[in-house]
Amino acid sequence: MTERDIENHEWAECIAAIRDRQSTAAFAVLFEHFAPRVKGFLMRSGADEGLAEECAQEVMATLWRKAHQFDPSRASAATWIFTIARNRRIDAIRKQRRPEPEELSWGPEQEPDQEDVLALQQESEQLTKAIAALPDKQRALIEKAYFGDLSHREIAEQTGLPLGTIKSRIRLALERLRHEMT
Amino acid sequence: MKDKIQHHLSDALLMAYSAGSLPEAFSLTVASHIAMCDECRARLEAFDSVGGALIESVETVAMGNGSLKATLAMIGGAMTERPKARAVTGVLPSPLHDYIGGDLDDVNWRPVGMGVKQAILPTSDEATARLLYIPAGVAVPDHGHQGMELTLVLQGAFMDENAHFGPGDIEIADEHMHHTPVAAPGMDCICLAATDAPLRFRGLVPRIAQSFLNI
Repeated sequence: MTERDIENHEWAECIAAIRDRQSTAAFAVLFEHFAPRVKGFLMRSGADEGLAEECAQEVMATLWRKAHQFDPSRASAATWIFTIARNRRIDAIRKQRRPEPEELSWGPEQEPDQEDVLALQQESEQLTKAIAALPDKQRALIEKAYFGDLSHREIAEQTGLPLGTIKSRIRLALERLRHEMT
Repeated sequence: MKDKIQHHLSDALLMAYSAGSLPEAFSLTVASHIAMCDECRARLEAFDSVGGALIESVETVAMGNGSLKATLAMIGGAMTERPKARAVTGVLPSPLHDYIGGDLDDVNWRPVGMGVKQAILPTSDEATARLLYIPAGVAVPDHGHQGMELTLVLQGAFMDENAHFGPGDIEIADEHMHHTPVAAPGMDCICLAATDAPLRFRGLVPRIAQSFLNI
């Protein structure tokens, strides 16, 4: 396993420890790693430092409250935290609601398959590498889109978006969903 | 039903929804399609994972002194929340349920003429979302495509010159598109439509009458 795989595994364990025993020690580990990243993300997305600090704390508190919803076979910890941070940004900066599809629920009794968790972790790692390896121009375009600097129309007009990098991630997600539905 | 969806979201819409930059009315339509379409749900997960990769690589900004303590105080040792039960089954996908406060029976329809009804949903004003009820066989009111319009079929079907749209299908139209959609015979058609152009049903009744004559 690469260092990142170990990290991913560790984050998932920490979230499980919050879910199962309200572990503040596990929370502190996650906070140290992710809170400064969430704050950086929010500031890149247009929040001033005070607002970003406040929202980053709220994002981490939401992580605690929603620990039950995290499924390591469907998303890496970083992806899940990104979705919480993004929603907070829409709420706090754009002052809008964000309608979402319902979660596909799996009760706490149904622990995700470890093989699926591992496959997801490897895929996340590959995607992170693929994005890091993109030419500067393409990576900058993706960053602009995700920091909220491009409207839908502007995204649609971009021909240089490297969507090929997520093709295998889509295949994996589809397999997982079909597996779940049967 | 889920396997029969033919018309899906574009990559650009999924990325914009994942990035959080769509107006609320479009987000509602995208979320409603995803609730009905496993393929687009899987594609959205992939787009979200791009966001996850960026969170890992973004330049960090140090948290303030005592921020961990403050956050733990905010949490106050609360128990984690159990996930909510899966949404009830009905015609409407769950994101729409939240806006209507119920299913189809709870929609506050307003007649717009010729048996067509609409209900405008409360969203931010950058774009408008509305439910449209079109009796079987009737032409969709000509409301023009001045901006982008997304139309999601919830029940029944509509057809235009090029394609057939059934439950779960989404049509993505822009100002370059000229067509005359007609509700398919047999079942009244209910759609969710979102547009970023000002909502205009100018001269609606004459227009529908004209559409009738053209069928």
